[in-house]
Amino acid sequence: MKPFSFSTTALQVDAYRQDLADPAAGGYASFEGWVRNHNEGHEVTRLEYEAFEALAYKEGERIVTEAIARFGVINAICVHRIGSLGIGELAVWVGVSSRHRAEAFAACRYIIDEVKHRVPIWKKEHYVSGDSGWVNCERCAAHGYEHDHVHEHGH
Amino acid sequence: MSAALFGLVLAGGASTRMQRDKAVLAYHGRPQLDWAYELLSEVCAATFISVRPDQRNEATRAQFPQIVDRQPGAGPIAGISAALQEHPKAAWLIVACDLPFLTREILQHLVAHRDPQRVATAYRSAHDSLPEPLCAIWEPVAREAVLAYMQSGKQCPRKFLINSNALLLDLPDARALDNVNTVDEFSAASAALQNPLPRASHDLSHKGNGEEASSAPAKAAALSPSPAHLAGEGRGEGAAKRTIALRIQYYALLREQAGRSEETVDTSAGTPTELYRELQARHPFKLGPEQLKVAINAEFSDWNTALRSGDTIVFIPPVAGG
Repeated sequence: MKPFSFSTTALQVDAYRQDLADPAAGGYASFEGWVRNHNEGHEVTRLEYEAFEALAYKEGERIVTEAIARFGVINAICVHRIGSLGIGELAVWVGVSSRHRAEAFAACRYIIDEVKHRVPIWKKEHYVSGDSGWVNCERCAAHGYEHDHVHEHGH
Repeated sequence: MSAALFGLVLAGGASTRMQRDKAVLAYHGRPQLDWAYELLSEVCAATFISVRPDQRNEATRAQFPQIVDRQPGAGPIAGISAALQEHPKAAWLIVACDLPFLTREILQHLVAHRDPQRVATAYRSAHDSLPEPLCAIWEPVAREAVLAYMQSGKQCPRKFLINSNALLLDLPDARALDNVNTVDEFSAASAALQNPLPRASHDLSHKGNGEEASSAPAKAAALSPSPAHLAGEGRGEGAAKRTIALRIQYYALLREQAGRSEETVDTSAGTPTELYRELQARHPFKLGPEQLKVAINAEFSDWNTALRSGDTIVFIPPVAGG
């Protein structure tokens, strides 16, 4: 399967994991991002993910390729959901197989961090109050300085 | 007793949209890095410049005492954090090198109103009332908090100050901290400061005109119209510009504000910068270009790239995957 892909239906973790199997691998690390029920003080009821897919595929693949080269792991895959997700659903999955555990953890971490910061994916939060909002940096970047804007917003 | 005040000019940025090093731009007859360094030296016990490891030997930067980023790539907060760690007992007056309207009065006002009991003393932005982290005094107590903030994956110094007990001061001059990121803004700022525009051959050496330059900015800033206004006028020239057809796709917040996912426009805009300004006049886009990235034909691109007929353009709001 492709290094980076999107899914509009529930992620099939077992299948992706099988894809990473390799006789030379001594281990496998994975990360699952779940939809949680709160963010920055607001109660969240569900999320909607949207992507600029043409560019997201390229950038996602670049990230996975970078991670494989940088940490010397055997294989890595990242799959991201798009569409509407409820609390507790799996939004993003990263898996890495490698000879030893240290580089598997490091590559896994690298991929999820870079995906969050670089891949054109957006999420809209729907709140208990009935309001909704795009998770972004509107407030703190308003008339900001030129720093590549990178923020952690959870999820 | 308050900690000794050291100065730091942030000069480690990528200057991607300017397409040339912002530290060497000359608004006052010499590189802005020199200018800012000298202003800081007047109010600080010691002054340094912040650089990324790969910038240490660059001609513009090699002549200054340097503090090297320990986490390059994290943006300005890496420079702030490196300074706080390098001299942990000092307080730091941090200044970005892309603030052409900065004056010694602005710095003196900040120093005079400093509250060493707070994490920081900063100005409140004249645009949105939020703290301006890149012309601010960061106290030694900020060191641990900044490190912890970065370790949690966060990098926005402004957001750090929003959530701190920083003392915020009103700006004596509303646009003293307007920053410059693009060639257009540079031209406008230069004009506002009554400096000739730089040509390819412009002279970056000191030429001994420092004295007259140093008294000019406050006066010029008070007399001139805003840079945005000037930038708008500048584009009025060359009236009979050719137009091109572009396809624009919208995602997320911009899709909602435009009320559509895509449109085709005939435009005389030559670059994404000009195109976005044009679209802002038609759609209620609240995000400024400094908050966006731009893609041309599904590849990240520069804001000054020449647009061609048939290109597909996407303006990318701050992303939030994961």
